[in-house]
Amino acid sequence: MIKAILIFNNHGKPRLSKFYEHYSEDTEQQIIRETFHLVSKRDENVCNFLEGGMLIDGSDNKLIYRHYATLYFVFCVDSSESELGILDLIQVFVETLDKCFENVCELDLIFHVDKVHNILAEMVMGGMVLETNMNEIITQVDAQNKMEKSEAGIAGAPARAVSAVKNMNLPEMPKNINIGDISIKVPNLPSFK
Amino acid sequence: MALKIVKGSIDRMFDKNLQDLVRGIRNHKEDEAKYISTCIDEIKQELKQDNIAVKANAVCKLTYLQMLGYDVSWAAFNIVEVMSSSKFTYKRIGYLAASQCFHEGTDVIMLTTNQIRKDLSSPNQYDTGVALTGLSCFVTPDLARDLANDIMTLMSHTKPYIRKKAVLIMYKVFLKYPESLRPAFPRLKEKLEDPDPGVQSAAVNVICELARRNPKNYLSLAPLFFKLMTSSTNNWVLIKIIKLFGALTPLEPRLGKKLIEPLTNLIHSTSAMSLLYECVNTVIAVLISLSSGMPNHSASIQLCVQKLRILIEDSDQNLKYLGLLAMSKILKTHPKSVQSHKDLILQCLDDKDESIRLRALDLLYGMVSKKNLMEIVKKLMLHVDKAEGTTYRDELLTKIIDICSQSNYQYITNFEWYISILVELTRLEGTRHGHLIASQMLDVAIRVKAIRAFAVAQMAMLLDNAHLLTGNMQRNGICEVLYAAAWICGEFSEHLEDPNQTLEAMLRPKVATLPGHIQAVYVQNAAKLFATVLRKHEGATDSQAAQETSQLLVERLPLFVQSANLEVQERASCILQLVKYIQKLQQKDVEVAEEVSALFAGELNPVAPKAQKKVPVPEGLDLDAWINEPPSESESEDEKPKAVFAKEETKHSRPRHTEVDEKELARRREARKQEQANNPFYIKSSPSSQKVYQDAPGVEHIPVVQIDLSVPLKVPGMPMSDQYLKLEEERRQKEKAEKKKKEKKKKREKHGKGKKHDSGPESEEDITPAHHVDIVTEEMPENALPSDDDDKDPNDPHKALDIDLDKPLADTEKLPVRTHRSEPLKSPGEDGDVESVPQEPKKRSSKEKKEKKKDKDKDRKKSKEEKKKKKKHKHDAEDEPAELPAEEPVKSEETNEVATPPTSTSAEASDLDFWLSSTPVAPTAKEVAAPAPAPAPAPETSLAAAPDSEADEPKDAEPEEVKCSKHKKKKQKKEKEKEEKKEKKKKRHHHHHHHSDGGEDSVQNGTMEEEEPLPPMSNYCLLAENSYIKMVYDIQGNLQDGSQVVVSVIFENKSDSFLKSMEFNVLDSLNSKLQRPEGAGPHDGLVVPFQLPPGVSNEARFIFSVQSIVMPQKLKGTLTFIVKSEDSSTHEKLDFKLHFTCTSYLITTPCYSDAYAKLLESGDLKSSSLRLEGVNMPFHHLLARICFHHHFSVVERIDSCASMYSRSIQGHHVCLLVKTADQTVSIDAKCDEPSLLGNVLDEIKQTFSQC
Repeated sequence: MIKAILIFNNHGKPRLSKFYEHYSEDTEQQIIRETFHLVSKRDENVCNFLEGGMLIDGSDNKLIYRHYATLYFVFCVDSSESELGILDLIQVFVETLDKCFENVCELDLIFHVDKVHNILAEMVMGGMVLETNMNEIITQVDAQNKMEKSEAGIAGAPARAVSAVKNMNLPEMPKNINIGDISIKVPNLPSFK
Repeated sequence: MALKIVKGSIDRMFDKNLQDLVRGIRNHKEDEAKYISTCIDEIKQELKQDNIAVKANAVCKLTYLQMLGYDVSWAAFNIVEVMSSSKFTYKRIGYLAASQCFHEGTDVIMLTTNQIRKDLSSPNQYDTGVALTGLSCFVTPDLARDLANDIMTLMSHTKPYIRKKAVLIMYKVFLKYPESLRPAFPRLKEKLEDPDPGVQSAAVNVICELARRNPKNYLSLAPLFFKLMTSSTNNWVLIKIIKLFGALTPLEPRLGKKLIEPLTNLIHSTSAMSLLYECVNTVIAVLISLSSGMPNHSASIQLCVQKLRILIEDSDQNLKYLGLLAMSKILKTHPKSVQSHKDLILQCLDDKDESIRLRALDLLYGMVSKKNLMEIVKKLMLHVDKAEGTTYRDELLTKIIDICSQSNYQYITNFEWYISILVELTRLEGTRHGHLIASQMLDVAIRVKAIRAFAVAQMAMLLDNAHLLTGNMQRNGICEVLYAAAWICGEFSEHLEDPNQTLEAMLRPKVATLPGHIQAVYVQNAAKLFATVLRKHEGATDSQAAQETSQLLVERLPLFVQSANLEVQERASCILQLVKYIQKLQQKDVEVAEEVSALFAGELNPVAPKAQKKVPVPEGLDLDAWINEPPSESESEDEKPKAVFAKEETKHSRPRHTEVDEKELARRREARKQEQANNPFYIKSSPSSQKVYQDAPGVEHIPVVQIDLSVPLKVPGMPMSDQYLKLEEERRQKEKAEKKKKEKKKKREKHGKGKKHDSGPESEEDITPAHHVDIVTEEMPENALPSDDDDKDPNDPHKALDIDLDKPLADTEKLPVRTHRSEPLKSPGEDGDVESVPQEPKKRSSKEKKEKKKDKDKDRKKSKEEKKKKKKHKHDAEDEPAELPAEEPVKSEETNEVATPPTSTSAEASDLDFWLSSTPVAPTAKEVAAPAPAPAPAPETSLAAAPDSEADEPKDAEPEEVKCSKHKKKKQKKEKEKEEKKEKKKKRHHHHHHHSDGGEDSVQNGTMEEEEPLPPMSNYCLLAENSYIKMVYDIQGNLQDGSQVVVSVIFENKSDSFLKSMEFNVLDSLNSKLQRPEGAGPHDGLVVPFQLPPGVSNEARFIFSVQSIVMPQKLKGTLTFIVKSEDSSTHEKLDFKLHFTCTSYLITTPCYSDAYAKLLESGDLKSSSLRLEGVNMPFHHLLARICFHHHFSVVERIDSCASMYSRSIQGHHVCLLVKTADQTVSIDAKCDEPSLLGNVLDEIKQTFSQC
């Protein structure tokens, strides 16, 4: 079982949090903070497993994480998951994000956390791995987006226009916000399959 | 305000959307909280709008804020509103929000049931998908109950996308609503073979998750998984299956044997490291489960170790880490194979990654031996010096101490060395573990007498150089060491070379800067030293020196008298006055040394860690009784008994105080779960297969498990299981402690004396006595042992899922379907079938079916079962009118949804057995292969039937070995039926006899009339023997606990010497384990609770826990003892092999003839037979032998024919029909566990071949 999936940046700002067990908001924040502290102090070239996810109850929990550019992707799992398998799953997740957002960067996650949730929902459901095949995931996500678009239809047009105007009026477009090297580079790892 | 209203009415388009919100937050870095609170106000306004788009937008923003830690539960109702929008876009937003913030305590959740149901049956697959995804996050017991049936329907949806989601979510449903597991399981199992790989993978996922918690219920799926494993190419699926097998093998070693080969192949062939790693892991698990007696698996171990070495040597830190992790698993059972890679592991200590270093340290812990301990510790000491960062250094320090002190300093051969290591460790700067070192010093100095002189010298040195340790001492944990040093120097001051100097060192002014508790020890031990000094000088008439010492104390102690620490102050002023008084006496030349040392006389003995707990509770003292009346408004406890019925009400009233006591609710929920788990009236399925008979009339005769009534069923004022556990524990402890007290007293005396005698060099004997103090010697009192269930966490939600899945479904076990509709609406396919079919097939005439049967139209078990039922109905219609309607729904359900429904436990089990047995002749095949004996044709029996069955059987039997399992299954069924027929006829025949003969011949329950005196019999057989001792043993099952047997061993001293310190140890197998007292390691021996003077014998009992009882077992063991004659004492040992026959798992249980007949009729028993030639003994002797040696009881005896019955400790029924005709005895036997039966018959054969 996957107990939680967290994405936060190098400063510990949460970008996505998905808990498969219920915690109060305060506890969730605390878990995110502590996980960040554990993960961020580790060097780049050490192993990606951390034992004793004492944050979330259950003694056989492990933290399995990957660090991409400015973001940490952390999965908290119990002993029924294969460590290397989860590492690959994270890779699949990031590659999928990369495809869906076209060169994903932290800003995409910042502004479209709902979309990230939707993508994640096609991969992991209730803490169990639902689908690991990237093409299948993307197909389903695209189909749902298409449906959303068709629903918005004409009614959605003015809203989109307004949003475009709003963006224009703003001095800064989101993509211009300077946060350094933002694009998540997805390295080509030896594939799992 | 006005502006807002205007704004609201003009155009919602200018509302902030999620992006605006995020942007806004980013632009208000300084006053983020304030900005967000205004945003929340806006959102509240938006939520008041009627426009669903506006609401959805608001909810979407709330979801984001929730991630940032804001409580949004106040908007729960709005979320539900958005969820119920007809537009997918909004629905998805709603479900996402719900999945992020709904939980069991959310009250509006109950409003969602119908909405979710609607979405689940939506024609749009993504509506369904989104609902399933959301539900998986917030499903509650109520939702699970109400929606289980809908979800189950979705498991057969046409779209794989829905199927896989439905399959996955079933796991959550099972967790919340365990009753759904059995009805849904057949379909889940079916999904293992779904054409879509995603669905298949999901099913594997769910079953693996289920099986991980309760593996034994899923053993019967092993063949299916095995097939999947060898055919699947999906690594995810493979990994899951392989992991599952890792959990199953400990339960079924034969499975392991079967797995080794394919796993080895996978290891060789796969390129995916993750798969390779899991294969290695499972192979290790298999090897562990096979650890006893399979000689040729060293190749597999080598393969594993070799592959792991490759992983460890890999540059990828992840592989390195996992390699070490797996290595530590091998280490436990095959330390030798790992030890050869010591170099590699020591290398890992230099790794830059701390987790890898820690893993390597863990490995080292298990790799030490007497030989290499010093070497390894030396290496570690080097690392301690090099290590950067105090955490890692502290870790090293604790590991060194752990390694050295493990299993009672087992590996330390030289304690002087160890003391010096400890002293060296004190030089570590900034460690937090001073107290650890200190306690080691104390422990060693107290328990290893021979080391005291050395230890004292070292400690004196430490005290002398205390200033080095205490540089910045208040922050420094290391000064704790001084505590130990001072105490050791004081307590064992007779070993001090120069007590004066040490005394002086302890009274330096600088001491006053030490922590209070250390100063206190200083002061007290200064007094001890003072006594020693006085004593030393007394004889020498050198009163000057003694007086100087007194003077020193009188001068220095006032410093401590002024201490801020009360303890120090008190002790110091006490001792100061004492010394002043002594000084006076000294001036009068009175000899005081003797009296002063009397103050500190007596030796301190180490006390067992559990000694306190063992103090018996005085009679009449009830620790749980209220001292005063309980406060009247302790609502929760008082309500609890009601809770089961008042459940609904509580829930409705919940809203009022949700926020107040969230915890209280959670607690109550737990309590309810717990209560249900322990409530005998709460229907749970039990693993035993005897249920079937229990509700048939006449069954009250069958002895059911006895209930230990000494434990009150319920104690008011506490959740039941807690109380129960406590009581149990208390009782156990009381009993134990009482026995123990005596034992301990004896031992203490012995122990003290013994120590003085053989205080040789620091060998192991020195410590062995010490640690014996805390070993419970005597056998455990019967039924005082914790059962398996006690060990499990009662709060574990998975406990509720410990459900036997092989039993056929019963009527009551159906998923709740909404009842207010006559027609099932949403599941056009399945639901309709399930609902409508039930009555029809059954109404068909039984004749029709019989015909079918004759045609051998074997439509598998299904039809077979129906037939059986029909048959039964025909015969027993008068007896069991209730049965007819009861069984129907089962049948219909099976017919409709399951291609291969699980029929009965025994059938499944035998399949598994057959599949598992690698040899062509399965244990079950034996019964068939054996020449089926003609059932002695009783005169009244219709002759036509008997030959018919006879003729068939051999035919079936011959090609048996070549056939595959499917055929076999079928055949068994056929045979069973026939057998049944036969049996029934026989039975009728018996009855006939019984009635006509007026029962003059019938013998019941083993009380036999004496026809001829019986030869003396004994069940004790030889265990082992040498010139000193002889052991004979007998094994009896423990009826109270289905997993225990009691081995009674009689020890007989054959020598002229005194035998003492006997220790009985057995090498546990996975299936059978010696029950050791709490706290004892798995390899510790049990002390035999008596000594044997020459020629004396005595009996000791040992309790073993067993898991599977269907096969006989052999356990290797050793008895070690000391032979003590007048001038010498030697250690001796004697190896033995304990043979657990299957007979020893049987318990003589009386059974009445009508219950017996029912049992045979039930058709759940497998039959087997045995033929003994040339048995030359009277029939009643024969029966007596079977009764005595094999724990059977005679149910009925007619002439030369008798039926016998016995039960295993796990509730298997074993029935025998014994017939004899001129020197030939034929035994027809039936049992619900064929391999058990086969083994029992073998053993019976054995018994008679010996006489």
